[in-house]
Amino acid sequence: MSGATKIGVRVTEIVPLNNLVTRFKFEPLDGSLLPTFSGGAHTVVEMKDGDRTRLNPYSLMSDPSDRNAYTISVRRDDEGRGGSLFLHKNVKVGDEMVLSNPVNLFSLDLRAKKHLMIAGGIGITPFMAQIKQLDRNHGNWELHYSARSEDLASYARELTSEHPNDVHVYYNDKDQSIDLEQLLDGQPLGTHIYICGPRGMIDWVRGTAKELGWPREAVHFEEFLAPKPGKPFEVKLAVSNKVIEVGEHESLLEAIERAGVDAPYLCRGGACGQCETNVLECDGEIVHRDHWLEPDEHASNEKIMPCVSRFTGKTLVLDR
Amino acid sequence: MIACGGGEALPQVMIQADKQEVLAYMSKFEFPPSIKSRPVWGRLEARAGKHHLMIADAEGAAAILDIAAPELMAKSHVIYIPNGADFADKLRDLKPAQFYEGPSYSASVQRIRRVLQDAHMGLQVYLAGTEGLMGQAMQEAVSAGIPHTAIQTEHRGSTARRMQCVHCKGITENVEVDPFVCSHCGLNLFVRDHYSRRLAAYQGVCVDAEDPGNVPAQKGIYE
Repeated sequence: MSGATKIGVRVTEIVPLNNLVTRFKFEPLDGSLLPTFSGGAHTVVEMKDGDRTRLNPYSLMSDPSDRNAYTISVRRDDEGRGGSLFLHKNVKVGDEMVLSNPVNLFSLDLRAKKHLMIAGGIGITPFMAQIKQLDRNHGNWELHYSARSEDLASYARELTSEHPNDVHVYYNDKDQSIDLEQLLDGQPLGTHIYICGPRGMIDWVRGTAKELGWPREAVHFEEFLAPKPGKPFEVKLAVSNKVIEVGEHESLLEAIERAGVDAPYLCRGGACGQCETNVLECDGEIVHRDHWLEPDEHASNEKIMPCVSRFTGKTLVLDR
Repeated sequence: MIACGGGEALPQVMIQADKQEVLAYMSKFEFPPSIKSRPVWGRLEARAGKHHLMIADAEGAAAILDIAAPELMAKSHVIYIPNGADFADKLRDLKPAQFYEGPSYSASVQRIRRVLQDAHMGLQVYLAGTEGLMGQAMQEAVSAGIPHTAIQTEHRGSTARRMQCVHCKGITENVEVDPFVCSHCGLNLFVRDHYSRRLAAYQGVCVDAEDPGNVPAQKGIYE
């Protein structure tokens, strides 16, 4: 079976934080200790939605050294494919669920002299765990957290009261915003930037840092892409000799799995590279949506990331 | 753009035969292919940055002269160790924001550390000259917090190596021949391509351990 090792858990707490965000706590079914993780790690949550299995990645936000439980905070996306809605509406305290072992694609670079964290909205979650990890090691960090309003700024109050000097919150409805150039100017040598938030924020910070001469190795970011819906299309899987139909609201990876073909994956959000698949024949256009492949690889149409990317055209044959 | 010790392979020193390059031509060396742990030096290019630190020895100055532009030099601190070469005045003429001429690397390292200690993100580091200088200065920049892949280098001048004796751990500078005698313990050492970024030195291993006195004839490292 592909993906990281699975863990059977029970939902032990569900806490609505505001209109959009709810926190879920999971404890292992067998009473054993959960694997430790490092700040920035995510878990893939398996959701049995009727005859459909949803697998969505969520950043772990609990204390990485707490092995009794994992917590995640989920923002309800009414226009999304339904994973977050399923968690918000169908999951109850006491339910049994399956999580994957933690996987970290957004880890702290512990060689950094200082960690400068920039969060947008629900992008706060990985930093919750990273801050707990850094605090234990007396790390040097600073958080700049931008949210739509005070109501929607999950954990802002808790963070500012625990770390009044290190946490800076910006409310967009009060016309507050991060003065990025000012913030990046004069940071000590060895500072690393971590960004988790919407695409626009990631691009803005990366672009500004690059202009100011920051090395790309010192700029870390994470953006899980939810696979966007698109027109149904047909794919031939050469190795398993199957022709499958990818529905409007499912990803290519999900369609492959539904056909009973075991395909590798980890993040399911276009970031980790695990599901990279060779394209054997392509008459049409691959709609690349990942940020794993390089631009020239996208242009070559020789590879595809089935977790987020789609296809339009006549024929697509994959080496799977 | 330099990958050190197994990073991305970049074209090694490129030789251009246009007129401006005639002087530099003499000081460039095309390294033969080697094992993955030997550093691959790049070629300097001016990069966006708030400040620039340029450290060079001997003919490494020519690599700085190649990328010098007034707006770049106005934000640059140049640390130069001539080692007998005659480039100091040419570098001074570039009007860098700060210029320091040091008698040796070890005399200059205090200044390098101080500059790095006071530096902020947005600093670009350029290293040019011998492998010993680039390796040691890179070590300083990395321990100050700059990722090694973000430090630019360009080899110029001598191909002599800074060698560590794996037996006594002593460093012998400027080794041009293979095998050579360790300047600390006196063992006959074979010059390996195995490089340590942490030590900024190649490894020297006893060449006649099993048959003392049976030492191969000395030759140049790249012969």
